Amino acid sequence: MLDAQNLTCVRDERVLFQALSFTVCSGDVVQIAGPNGAGKTSLLRILCGLASMETGQVCWRETPLRRDREGYHRELLWLGHQPGVKNVMTADENLRFFHADSDQQARWQALEAVGLVGYEDVPAAQLSAGQQRRVALARLWLSKAPLWILDEPFTALDVSGVEKLTQRFEFHAARGGMVVLTTHQPLRPMSCPLRCITLAPGVMEEGA
Amino acid sequence: MMWLIFRRELRVAFRKGAEIINPLWFFLIVITLFPLGIGPEPQMLARIAPGVIWVAALLSSLLAMERLFRDDWQDGGLEQLMLMPLPLPAVVLAKVGAHWVVTGLPLLLLSPLVALLLGLDFHSWQVMALTLLLGTPTLSFLGAIGVGLTVGLRRGGVLLSLLVLPLTIPLLIFATAALDAASMNLPVNGYMAILGAFLAGSATLGPFATAAALRVSVQ
Repeated sequence: MLDAQNLTCVRDERVLFQALSFTVCSGDVVQIAGPNGAGKTSLLRILCGLASMETGQVCWRETPLRRDREGYHRELLWLGHQPGVKNVMTADENLRFFHADSDQQARWQALEAVGLVGYEDVPAAQLSAGQQRRVALARLWLSKAPLWILDEPFTALDVSGVEKLTQRFEFHAARGGMVVLTTHQPLRPMSCPLRCITLAPGVMEEGA
Repeated sequence: MMWLIFRRELRVAFRKGAEIINPLWFFLIVITLFPLGIGPEPQMLARIAPGVIWVAALLSSLLAMERLFRDDWQDGGLEQLMLMPLPLPAVVLAKVGAHWVVTGLPLLLLSPLVALLLGLDFHSWQVMALTLLLGTPTLSFLGAIGVGLTVGLRRGGVLLSLLVLPLTIPLLIFATAALDAASMNLPVNGYMAILGAFLAGSATLGPFATAAALRVSVQ
């Protein structure tokens, strides 16, 4: 489904990774691992089409990204370092903007799933950093996109939050979805196959 | 989809009232300072009115310009907008449209008051309102390109004015020329046609340039 072909990323004249190729298929959970500065976020941004690469290309359903950006964006959910939550709008309004087709009940259930019951109508500015992240993560319960690309989704989450999110990944993979994520926390053994791509300066390996 | 973005932008802008009021206040204050500094002779004021109005409008629109993408850049919303299932120029068009409604349109509403302050007659006011109606959206579209280029920079404000102000010179020349012609009861159709052409050109080409600038900035 998602094909990365021969990707090379250069930042400030430093080669982060080169000739990286992999495929993400339906039902895959792929973890990108590596030390700080290894290029994990850069790789995810390249996969989204936000950043440019030195060589190679990314294909979605056999079509190069830049040929059909809108079609790709329709099937993609990206959560980056910053949550992308407008802090003058309430949690519910934020979700409604991204998922205009959802009804209020679904949105409130999603907020309940991330532990934000009672905060539906509170402006995001009054929420803590962790809660703002949870508002963004609530999109995972609303989204119909098959491909999720998540940069450090477990940051600022407590143990039960991590467990809930992991369960959500399992559910999504079982449904035929795909998850590509970076994290420094070891993931617990999951019911679905977990692949790990390790980025290290000069070394590229793919382990199962 | 564009309508959704437009509505969200308006909602965000109205909840941050100060960001709308400040440029308007600036516009009014600059215009009231001129009679205080130069003297209140009506003939003198009528002579300098076109330039004063347009320079004040330019500076106040520049003051408000930065907010177009800055907040989105800081909270990660810009990436989300770029990954909407919608061509990026369309997203830019919706954002600039909403931006004009909160920063350009109020100038138009203030224009009768400004005309009163500077002692303009009814016909001159009509022409001034028309130049603002055609000119302020052009400013927004031109400014958006500059904001797109400077959004990732720490102190983009100064660079933004260096980039955008030269581009607005033709607009300033023709808008003030139209006001001068109006004060002498000469026809202004030609000037309005040129201002309209500027608007058409910037509204059609500007979003594409802004989209390209944003792709460069968000690397």
